[in-house]
Amino acid sequence: MTLGVELREGFKISFAAVMANKVRAVLTTLGIIIGIVSVTLMGAAIEGLNRAFQNSISSLGADVLYIQKWPWVAGEEWWRYRNRRDIKPEYAETIKKDATLASAVAPVQGRMGTVKYGDLTASNVQIFGTTADYALVTGMDMADGRFFTDQEGRGDRPLVVIGGDVASKLFPNQDPVGKTIKINGLSFRILGVYSKQGSFMGMFSLDNRVIIPLGEFEKMYGREYGATIQVRVVSQKEMDDAKEELRGIMRKLRKLAPDQPDDFSINQQDLLTNAFGKITGVVGAVGIFVTALSLFVGGIGIMNIMFVSVTERTKEIGIRKALGARRQTILLQFLIEASLICLSGGIIGLGLSYPLSMLVDKFLPTAMPVSLAIIAILISLLVGVISGIVPAYRASRLDPVEALRYE
Amino acid sequence: MSNENTDAAANGKVIELIKVSKIYDMGAEVQVQALSEISLTIEKGEYVAIMGPSGSGKTTLMNILGCLDTPTSGKYLFNGIDVSDMDDNELARVRNRGIGFVFQTFNLIPRSDALHNVELPLIYSGIGVEERRARAKKMLEMVGLGERIHHKPNELSGGQRQRVAIARALVNNPAIILADEPTGNLDSRTGDEIMTFFEELHAQGNTIILVTHEEYIAEHAKRIIRIRDGRIESDLPIEKNHKAQMTKAAEKVQK
Repeated sequence: MTLGVELREGFKISFAAVMANKVRAVLTTLGIIIGIVSVTLMGAAIEGLNRAFQNSISSLGADVLYIQKWPWVAGEEWWRYRNRRDIKPEYAETIKKDATLASAVAPVQGRMGTVKYGDLTASNVQIFGTTADYALVTGMDMADGRFFTDQEGRGDRPLVVIGGDVASKLFPNQDPVGKTIKINGLSFRILGVYSKQGSFMGMFSLDNRVIIPLGEFEKMYGREYGATIQVRVVSQKEMDDAKEELRGIMRKLRKLAPDQPDDFSINQQDLLTNAFGKITGVVGAVGIFVTALSLFVGGIGIMNIMFVSVTERTKEIGIRKALGARRQTILLQFLIEASLICLSGGIIGLGLSYPLSMLVDKFLPTAMPVSLAIIAILISLLVGVISGIVPAYRASRLDPVEALRYE
Repeated sequence: MSNENTDAAANGKVIELIKVSKIYDMGAEVQVQALSEISLTIEKGEYVAIMGPSGSGKTTLMNILGCLDTPTSGKYLFNGIDVSDMDDNELARVRNRGIGFVFQTFNLIPRSDALHNVELPLIYSGIGVEERRARAKKMLEMVGLGERIHHKPNELSGGQRQRVAIARALVNNPAIILADEPTGNLDSRTGDEIMTFFEELHAQGNTIILVTHEEYIAEHAKRIIRIRDGRIESDLPIEKNHKAQMTKAAEKVQK
């Protein structure tokens, strides 16, 4: 008996057997469906978070260094950084002059505030004070109008560049460029609108922001406020060297003695990527393990029902053996039956998880790549084979004389 | 037409048992000797009935003859091939190619239609769809069920079911047909029909072994082997068997 004939026959028999016990098959499949749904949803959530993170993090720029008081990934020693002196925006001037590996340097100050135009109000808007270099550091594109020039950025003229969210809130039906808006009660003329940058991890929008010259910002909020100095490095290959160079300049600016530790942090995108990778790695492993438990329970259900199926069909197995079915033929028949139940569970589960992941996407970013679907199908098949193997083996070992006598 | 059949034609002996014993281990060092040193030869084309009361070892003998079980000691040559030490899969092959079973309870697969039931032995021989379908159909027509090939067993009468089983037994051209109480679950009229059918098969040259405890069923055979306490009590052609029965009866009357 060739494998082809054996497989086809096994499939036919199994299909008939499953069809003969529809309710039972559906109930058994339910366990696998739930298992596959939870595993794929978990996978989709992890994949979605990773992708959202990659998208968000790219807004930080792979070739940008951030000089700040706090390190991005602090661990448990946060109190050590608390007493550091604030980073002053003026450092940017020195850095720009001395750093050979920096192509653009922008000091950035930020606060939350309210922006108004006529009757319309946008609250909880990020207000950034910076220089013209900011556009170069971030590689920001303009959707409309322009960014302020070097001259304008240095001076304290009330000019502003706004984000898409602010634009659509305050100017639903008109072109914002040239209009005058009020930020914390002061008037600013809009120079331009920058292109949409999306949101950070789906949590806050990067477009709900207005950018004004640093001088204007300091007029409103005063000078004593911790700044971030963003430095764009000439090329990504020079990141390490640039970091060393900046460190030297900063230590000189801060007048640190050689034995004193740095009292500032130079952050970069990699730090977050690594930290995030570790977190999603652990969360993913735990999540997959927990959801895999439900698949395991589903597998036990299959095994149980396969034992019932074998016992019920003892006589049939005896007949088949008497007529010349070999052990492996019987084994294959029951393995196919178990796999068939699991596979259909897997396919239904996958069919359900796709719309469900769309639903979850409203709260959490999800993504379901083809590889995840293929893995889900393979896993369901594997569960079928594993949970079918013991009952199928038992069936294949039945003594034909005993089996024929079974009523 | 398997090789076994042509071998059988060569030496004439389909079945040869040489001092075959079967001992069942019942655990706790209790052993039951179901067969003790049975020697027996059945030639091609014979129509043999095996008789015996329950517990005589008749069923054990049938299981061994049908290659469903192997002897504890002794030799069993089926078509000249020693099958006494074969493993499960080898025995399955011998059953598939060489033996056609007809059971008391028909033993059809309930979910499959008549055609598929008859196809089964051919499926396990690895014969392609078209050929096996054609052969199964031909067999069903031969047993007079050409109109009912797509009926499931529960849609057929007892006699029809047994005819499906006979078609299934014949479909792979077996060397022997082994029938275990084939009329046991049928009314007498249907039973007679089935027995007539066996006679026709015998006339066509098939080797038939009939296991029964009914005297009048065994009468259809040409040779009757009686088993008692795991031994052959008598092995006589039908005419002599008649005489022996008559004397037995006469003795009883005289007493």
